[in-house]
Amino acid sequence: MNRPGNLSTAARWIVAMCALALVATFFLPFWFIFLTAPQYPEGLTMYIWLDHLSGEVSIINGLNHYIGMRPIHESQFPEFGYMRWIMVALIVLGVVVAIRGRRSWLVGYLLLFAAAGALALYDFYQWSYAYGHELDPHAPIKVPGLTYQPPLVGHKKLLNFDAYSYPDSGGWVMIAAVSVMLLVLLWDLFRRKRKTV
Amino acid sequence: MHTFKSLLLASSALTLILFLNGCKPKGAASAVSGDAASKVYVAPGKYDEFYNIVSGGFNGQVSVYGIPSGRLLRIIPVFSQHPESGWGFSEETKPMLNTSHGFTPWDDQHHIALSTTNGEHDGRWVFANGNNSPRIARIDLKTFRTVEIIEIPNSAGNHSSPYITENTEYTIAGTRFAVPITGPGDVPINTFKENFQSTISFVKVDPASGRMNIAFQILAPGIDFDLARGGKGPSHDWFFFSCYNSEKANTLLEVNASAKDKDFIMAVNWKKAEQYAAQGKGKRMPAQYAHNVYDDRTHSATSTMEKEVLMLDPRDCPDMMYFIPCPKSPHGTDVDPTGEYIVGSGKLAALIPVFSFSKMLQAIAQKQFDGSFEGFPVLKYESVLHGEVQKPGLGPLHTEFDANGNAYTSFFVSSEIVKWRIKDLKVLDRVPTYYSIGHLSVMGGPTKKPYGKYMVAYNKITKDRYLPTGPELAQSAQLYDISGDKMKMILDFPTVGEPHYAEAIPAEVLSKNSQRIFRIEDNKHPYVSMGEGATKVTREGNKVHVYMTAIRSHLTPDNIEGVRVGDEVYFHVTNLEQDWDVPHGFAIKNAANAEILVMPGETQTLKYIADRPGMFPFYCTDFCSALHQEMQGYLRVSPAGSNVPLLFSTGKNMPATKGAGDSGAAPAAKNQ
Repeated sequence: MNRPGNLSTAARWIVAMCALALVATFFLPFWFIFLTAPQYPEGLTMYIWLDHLSGEVSIINGLNHYIGMRPIHESQFPEFGYMRWIMVALIVLGVVVAIRGRRSWLVGYLLLFAAAGALALYDFYQWSYAYGHELDPHAPIKVPGLTYQPPLVGHKKLLNFDAYSYPDSGGWVMIAAVSVMLLVLLWDLFRRKRKTV
Repeated sequence: MHTFKSLLLASSALTLILFLNGCKPKGAASAVSGDAASKVYVAPGKYDEFYNIVSGGFNGQVSVYGIPSGRLLRIIPVFSQHPESGWGFSEETKPMLNTSHGFTPWDDQHHIALSTTNGEHDGRWVFANGNNSPRIARIDLKTFRTVEIIEIPNSAGNHSSPYITENTEYTIAGTRFAVPITGPGDVPINTFKENFQSTISFVKVDPASGRMNIAFQILAPGIDFDLARGGKGPSHDWFFFSCYNSEKANTLLEVNASAKDKDFIMAVNWKKAEQYAAQGKGKRMPAQYAHNVYDDRTHSATSTMEKEVLMLDPRDCPDMMYFIPCPKSPHGTDVDPTGEYIVGSGKLAALIPVFSFSKMLQAIAQKQFDGSFEGFPVLKYESVLHGEVQKPGLGPLHTEFDANGNAYTSFFVSSEIVKWRIKDLKVLDRVPTYYSIGHLSVMGGPTKKPYGKYMVAYNKITKDRYLPTGPELAQSAQLYDISGDKMKMILDFPTVGEPHYAEAIPAEVLSKNSQRIFRIEDNKHPYVSMGEGATKVTREGNKVHVYMTAIRSHLTPDNIEGVRVGDEVYFHVTNLEQDWDVPHGFAIKNAANAEILVMPGETQTLKYIADRPGMFPFYCTDFCSALHQEMQGYLRVSPAGSNVPLLFSTGKNMPATKGAGDSGAAPAAKNQ
């Protein structure tokens, strides 16, 4: 019999599985920036993983030199050194929450996720702001007042390019895992309420 | 009364003129059906259904058209120099055009053959013949570039070429002009009958790499080989060659080579020939022929001079070679998809003979011979004949096939294509061509499984088909829809060079493998610059090597000083781009050869002779980017003996060095 304040066995199993599902984020790109232009109908993509970049980064860098944007290199991002450890910690913590089974721990866990997500987005914004604004004053193409910060999430027109920024498969795995855990929490709260009535 | 009579006369004359005018045949416009436009319309951004690989004739190149639109997609440089890309001008490609007679930057390119496996297109290579300086080229269909050219020794006029065997085991080369081969070449021309010979070369194709080598040649009587086809299915082991001038005339062939009622189709059992060669029946004959190979990793060609060739004398090789009588100087000899029927097309015959392969084997087994030609058995015409197509048209040249047992024969003199059924030899339909068709191409026509659907006529006379452009006109081609019982003309389009034979292959077979860039990591060119940091300028005596890179939108280095009059400057330009369709070009003022076009990841070299002091701007010739026009630099040439040091840079100025002009050495040097 469950103690009050404890999650049901089913809920704990689901939380554990959600936490373990996050292992997939090590093997899937987390985010992508996609660019199209009249002369790039096939598009150019940069994939952001937990620990590296992939896709047509060198071609994007080649184009960016016209507007004086710094070339994007993995080595510039200390995040690639520690993001996977944060993910490891989150996974371990999720399993602990499932084993411990306290509802309040799950609430805390989800709040932690919300904080981590917000921090990551803020960090991403900072980087894109820096790349988009800190331009070489000797760049061949200078459009007064125009900066080249890609959208945080969504679409933005940058000169002849349409830039799109969205979570990729790894990101969606995390969003799904957190959503499921949130639903589990709500369902658990609802169930407890009915029992007490 | 008199006036009335003349009035009557005048009016009747007018009527007659009007009547006669009405009798004039209608133009070709009436031959096009209403829905033709929709059948050939390929909407912007959409692709054609077929690649049409078309020989270039006297332009020495191969061109690629889309079907059904008829749009020219590409000209592939093969035997002729091509200023557009620098083919035959760059140091890397010059060796491709080497022959035993030195650099030969031209040829007459007549026929192509798409490689097959089990008689079906495999989309790997195109073989192309050089008719004038006997050669066979191989084009890689991943890059659409010529990657190999082999010269054919003991040959003159490589017309009966480069047809292939069913699995591309061999591509062949038969001589059009008989010439003295085993004896000296300097003999009186009227000793033709004693001294002139022909050869058939079997060029082995390596199944993995495609590399060609002449496995053996067969020494044939001195007749002219016109065209050829390999057998397939049951006739896999055999090759069929049409021959004319069995009269052995050496002058006014128009008349003298048309004297006999029948010439021949020569049937060669190449499997037997292969065995005889392996058994050591052949003789090693000294020869000299160039073998040129292009390497996609070094981005360079090498030319090797081969020294000998294995010659089989068919008199030592029994049961290998037979002659089938064929009316009136046969041109095309075409094998149907089943491999059972061989269609001969006598240029001057009023019928088309169709031979049966199984009957041929039977006739050989039963020794149904009709005498011999030069000591080789001639098979009885009737014993080998499947039947004759009666009154098909005038001047039959070539035959292609569909998958439903029908044949399509081109007629030069009556300027038409005639569709007929192989089984009962019945003429089914005929359509005019504009004008005087040579070759025709049914999609997949020479394969075991023709695709059908479309057919192209490649014509020899253009006249009024397009807007006139002076005395010189493009060639004309017509596209026909052959999906129904009746052939329907649906398009008329101009072609470059003078197309002879062509083949078509479904678009997806090639498009999915088409290469986009060369990986820079794989670039093994001896003068590559792996990045701008690796660029440099070095001097070896009077040779100056510029290791240059190109990337949007600058060349590195773009300021070069210290070159002296008399120097040979080699600009080794590496395109650092790794993006699709971003070539860079390179040209320098007053370069006497050409520009070069460098594909992403590739290195190409332009040789430049500094012939006078001065400032020589260089630039990118391919509009690569928004700042393409800024992609430029300077080469400073100082007088011979100048002490200006070798300097090179990009984006910064080197310390100024006064030239010989300022130090007083100029007057002597200026006139060099």
